[in-house]
Amino acid sequence: MKTMHVLAVALIALGLAACQKPTQTKPDAGAAPADAASTSGLGSEGAAAGGKSTTGAALTPQQQALADLKQKSVVYFDYDSSEIRSEYLPVVAAHAAYLVKYPSARVRLEGHTDDRGSREYNVGLGERRAQTVRRALLAQGVAEAQVTTLSYGEERPAVEGSDEAAFAQNRRVELAY
Amino acid sequence: MPFPQALNGRAARALAASAMLLMAAASEAQLRLDITQGVRDAVPIAIVPFGGQAEGATTEVASVVANDLRISGRFAPLERRDIVAQPTSGAEIRFEDWRLLRADFIVVGRVEPDASGLAVSFELHNVRTGARLLSGRLPTTQGGLRSTSHRVADLVFEKLTGLPGAFSTRIAYVAVDGRPPAQRYRLIVADADGYSPRTVADSTEPLMSPAWSPDGRSLAYVSFEGKASAIYVQRLASGERVRVSARAGINGAPAWSPDGGRLALTLSRDGNLDIYTLDLASQTLTRVTTDDAIDTEAEWARDGASLYFTSDRAGSAQIYRVALDGERRAERVTFTNSYNARPRLSPDGKELAMVTLDRGGYRIAVMELASRNLRVLTTSTQDDSPSFAPNGAMLIYASRERGRGALAAVSADGAFHQRLSSDQGDVRDPAWSPFPPRG
Repeated sequence: MKTMHVLAVALIALGLAACQKPTQTKPDAGAAPADAASTSGLGSEGAAAGGKSTTGAALTPQQQALADLKQKSVVYFDYDSSEIRSEYLPVVAAHAAYLVKYPSARVRLEGHTDDRGSREYNVGLGERRAQTVRRALLAQGVAEAQVTTLSYGEERPAVEGSDEAAFAQNRRVELAY
Repeated sequence: MPFPQALNGRAARALAASAMLLMAAASEAQLRLDITQGVRDAVPIAIVPFGGQAEGATTEVASVVANDLRISGRFAPLERRDIVAQPTSGAEIRFEDWRLLRADFIVVGRVEPDASGLAVSFELHNVRTGARLLSGRLPTTQGGLRSTSHRVADLVFEKLTGLPGAFSTRIAYVAVDGRPPAQRYRLIVADADGYSPRTVADSTEPLMSPAWSPDGRSLAYVSFEGKASAIYVQRLASGERVRVSARAGINGAPAWSPDGGRLALTLSRDGNLDIYTLDLASQTLTRVTTDDAIDTEAEWARDGASLYFTSDRAGSAQIYRVALDGERRAERVTFTNSYNARPRLSPDGKELAMVTLDRGGYRIAVMELASRNLRVLTTSTQDDSPSFAPNGAMLIYASRERGRGALAAVSADGAFHQRLSSDQGDVRDPAWSPFPPRG
């Protein structure tokens, strides 16, 4: 067994050495399977494109419900705050209703911040925002197993820019299915 | 023992899954270094073109040495056009010529064939007295001429300032190109003067928080590949990579213990961020903080017995210190300004660099621990990620310039400023390496 591990390391090392490329960060065997890396949630402008791609074919009620939800799938936050602003409570409630109705559905909550301040602290702030949305979903009957959280901090801005308009669009939690 | 010698089963499998050999240095856009604010009392010094080298040689020793001394902020090398005579040894120097040019010091030398390939001989003289302060002969090769030139600059700098030169060190940073959401992240290692950039990791998902092992041979960093954060330790020479933490939730902010045996890191296993230490050989995880706040960005005290870290337990981000034995009660360290984060200790352990919210801008500051006196070193509004040079003379940090991420450096007294810009994309998250091992 041990020999096989050593052999595996050697073979992989040899095979990759032949490529002579810098380390490509592919998902590891142990990591959760990743979907295509480019499909990271929704932009802040909503998911018009996602809706279009499914027109034509008849949608199941769940697909239709999901397409409607994706029109509003971002919750925005105030500076250095992780409280859900009142105008976004209906957004969270709509997602909660969907998740309760379709218990096999899974949502990934991606927390983000603007790009001011320290990067790793912002990862913490993004996580706290995602956790706030998670707690709101659970309080409305969503099962824990349906919700995962992830924080990108300031690493994945929705828009570029260093003014308050850009900052406000980047302080967000995206609800991704 | 900076790298885990014995890997347990899980770590070995992670290694098997991701082991890579790093071969050719990828050609990357180089950082351009500009001095944005010089100092008036920089010492004038003549670095005479070295004998045995044709003008325009690929690596001109004198150019590299002069550039190193110039970007230290402490020296003002004479312009090449003002260097009229070209002595290559102390005996050939006519000191009165150099007094007229107002040089305080002069470096001369030559590159010669040697049994091993090449050798660089050099001498440093005081122009006023004519005294020889330093001489040396360093064996090298054509390919090693640049690093040997940095070594000459290190020795000259140390002789004249009393501080070891940091010109043979490297910087790690993250370069990002493309627009959100289709971005490409590269972790790059370059010489301290921005030369020889080499991509060591490449991803469509964020890479962040590179941290040098104390021996300078490995980097720990955070990667979001697979849409989850994980901490990797990568050997720079071989490129082999071990995933050391991929627990549920956040895996962030790695920091090496002074002996290289442990990493401090941030985990959010129960939805709340806390600091842990991870023994790399045994994989033993130890929880350090338990507060119901964001606790992150650990930095080891020089004796390895306590950690500095960022926490918002008092309502906004401030820096705390916690001893690793005993009750682990954290004491608050920063009291000036409403936001202080990302502590980084000076090499002598007497000062703490941080990001502070100063009059509406996020700036780099250094606090003397004994007096708690805070000096704000920068004037922009979005500076972060300070990292000390291993001789403590300069700090590199991330800033923004014309809407893009750029790197900048500042002397520890705040007098001397430089910018390291990239022609393409954003650069961010810099970390200055320790001194290279000397055989």
